[in-house]
Amino acid sequence: MIGTLETGHGLWSALYWLLSLAVLFLIAYFIYSSGGKTVKASGDKGKPFLSGNEMSKEETHVKSSNIYWGFTEALKSYYTPLKGEHTGDVNDYVSWFVVVLAVVLILAGGL
Amino acid sequence: MINEHLPALIIGIPLLAAFATPLISKINDKLRNIFVIGVLGATLCLVVSLAFNVFDNGIFVYVMGAKSTGLSLPSGYRMPIRIILEVDGMSIFMAIISSVVAFFGAIYSWAFMHKETGKDKYYTLLLILTAGMFGMEFTGDMFNFFVFLEITSIAACSLVGFKIRRGESSEAAFKTMVLYTLGALFVLFAVGILYGQYDALNIATLASRIQYTAMDKVALGLLVAGLAMKAGAVPMHMWVPDAYAEAPAPITMILVANSQASLYGIFRVCFTLYGLTISTHTVGWIIIILGILSMFIGVTMALIQKKIKRLMAYHAISQTGYMLLGVGVGLAVLSDANALNSYGLKAMEGGIFHIINHAMYKGLLFLTAGAVIYTTGKRNLNELGGLAHKMKFTTIFFIIGAAAIAGLPPFNGFASKLIIYESVYKFNPMLSIIAMLVSILTLASFVKVFQSAFLGPEIIKIKKEPKTMIFAMLCLSVIIIAFGLFPDIVVDKIVAPAANALVNSMQYIAAILGGA
Amino acid sequence: MIGNLPFVACVVLIILGLYTLIFKRNLIKIVIGLNLVQCGVNLFLITLGYKSDSVAPIYTMAGKEEMVLPTPQALTLTSIVIGLATTALILSFAILIYKHYKTADASKIRRLRG
Repeated sequence: MIGTLETGHGLWSALYWLLSLAVLFLIAYFIYSSGGKTVKASGDKGKPFLSGNEMSKEETHVKSSNIYWGFTEALKSYYTPLKGEHTGDVNDYVSWFVVVLAVVLILAGGL
Repeated sequence: MINEHLPALIIGIPLLAAFATPLISKINDKLRNIFVIGVLGATLCLVVSLAFNVFDNGIFVYVMGAKSTGLSLPSGYRMPIRIILEVDGMSIFMAIISSVVAFFGAIYSWAFMHKETGKDKYYTLLLILTAGMFGMEFTGDMFNFFVFLEITSIAACSLVGFKIRRGESSEAAFKTMVLYTLGALFVLFAVGILYGQYDALNIATLASRIQYTAMDKVALGLLVAGLAMKAGAVPMHMWVPDAYAEAPAPITMILVANSQASLYGIFRVCFTLYGLTISTHTVGWIIIILGILSMFIGVTMALIQKKIKRLMAYHAISQTGYMLLGVGVGLAVLSDANALNSYGLKAMEGGIFHIINHAMYKGLLFLTAGAVIYTTGKRNLNELGGLAHKMKFTTIFFIIGAAAIAGLPPFNGFASKLIIYESVYKFNPMLSIIAMLVSILTLASFVKVFQSAFLGPEIIKIKKEPKTMIFAMLCLSVIIIAFGLFPDIVVDKIVAPAANALVNSMQYIAAILGGA
Repeated sequence: MIGNLPFVACVVLIILGLYTLIFKRNLIKIVIGLNLVQCGVNLFLITLGYKSDSVAPIYTMAGKEEMVLPTPQALTLTSIVIGLATTALILSFAILIYKHYKTADASKIRRLRG
């Protein structure tokens, strides 16, 4: 049928995927709607717990540099030389190009 | 009558309009904007009509200045000495991408560049860049390719350094210009080597005469390295974040198409010019290694960026790795007919399908980043927050673009990545696993951008984004969703002819030399 | 006597140009290095067309019939003009960088890094 992609080793159809997603959503909604009402949070019950400190809403936003701190800290031995290589210096850009040119000439040319 | 001259018109109309733009700007600004958008829209229609022509009738050969290639001079001298434009499936595929991207870039620029000065020069350079891209994709002549390569590099670098109020723009333009010129000079050196050996500049003539001598190997190495640098392959990629971040947002979208035109150059050289005379296994593995490095280093550098456009530029490098991987696998098994039919052709189709998908969703993402910068005036993600409250349309388009680039169904990124995963797995399982890992990291970094820029409480005061910007982003989103829901139509009609055109280099040669 | 000497000269020019591009810090010296590489490639193109005992490829009042190949000369002209345009553009960006950064040292012009 239209919309089915032959990947050479299988099939993928986005329309059937959306159809199955809609069916699953209906099942989930049916289960959700047959439950009881949740309690409305009021006063101090609904606010996030910040170790008892009072913070404005703007300060609770996690900044983008801090989001993946655990990931970057664990891979520090990989990231530090990598960041060190990206110097921003024109001479380094050209030297990288010449190095790769030499490697490709040796590999592709057998020189 | 127009049908006979289509390729020349497609290159010529933007070029002529580029030089008419400053004159029209003197009359009225709005008139000039409408003129530029009209010219690019007309070019888009011409490209589509040429596409129908090529898909129905085969390779379209257009001889500049004569009716056919075999015409002899009065002195009796007969050779295809003319400059020939040869349009086959792969060329018209790239031309479709370039024209769509340029058209939406011009529509977006109406509002984005509204407050800038020197807009007539901006539109002139945009049209020259587009004409140069078409020239690179249509030409059948190596030196003509070099000339158009230089045209695009001059236009692209001027546009990168367009905002001369910022010092960083001039710095990025300087670095980009040095590298572009150096790469183009090495391409010219290789063209000179090939000319000196075979006394021909025409790609088809060279392909029929080539024997793989030592000097040819030098020329191949120079061409692959020079063009791969222009496409942004690691480890020569360091100009890409600088240039893409400092250019105005619609220009970055067209620069992506420009890098892909250089990628087209690599494929044209490796598949058609050299064909089966090279040891395809070695060259294929070189391209695969470049692809894997680009994918991995691109995405890991993207995770730690703070500026929104620099992050997306690193993702552009990473996605270029997917294209190199897919087509590299196809090149590596080119001489093995069994493997080629089993998974090689499919891998190439995946890589080529990824080119058009990438242009669409990367263009959309850069346009949303441009909308964010336009409304807030800030580029640093640490200072942004809560933009989804006021900019609802941009948020939806960003979600569509981020889901497409991460390869989530039902968008188009998933379809092309699925083909690449499955075909490359048959070639070497390790490569496919690295590709999937890179996909997960891509999703991670876009979740980071989404959370820090769009979610959360409102931190800064912004204004709404203008309507032309929303219109351009909407059209790109519609294309992304359409390609995602009906990928088989795209693959059968547009991508498969392109992959077949690359693999059957004999057809390319026979179209000019007449079955010789 | 000529032999392969022009080709060696081309390669020497290109290597000198690459040396300047990689190791020199001043912006103007980088542009000069780029110019050296352009000169090397242009010399290579013209040398390709050389035939011994031939004259310039002009028909009017030509001394003899054997001429050097004219096509590489056309290619070189195009390349020289392109080199002129790119050099002019790069130099204008170098002037703008000096105006903003107050220095012409490439190792200090690194605001975009990482």
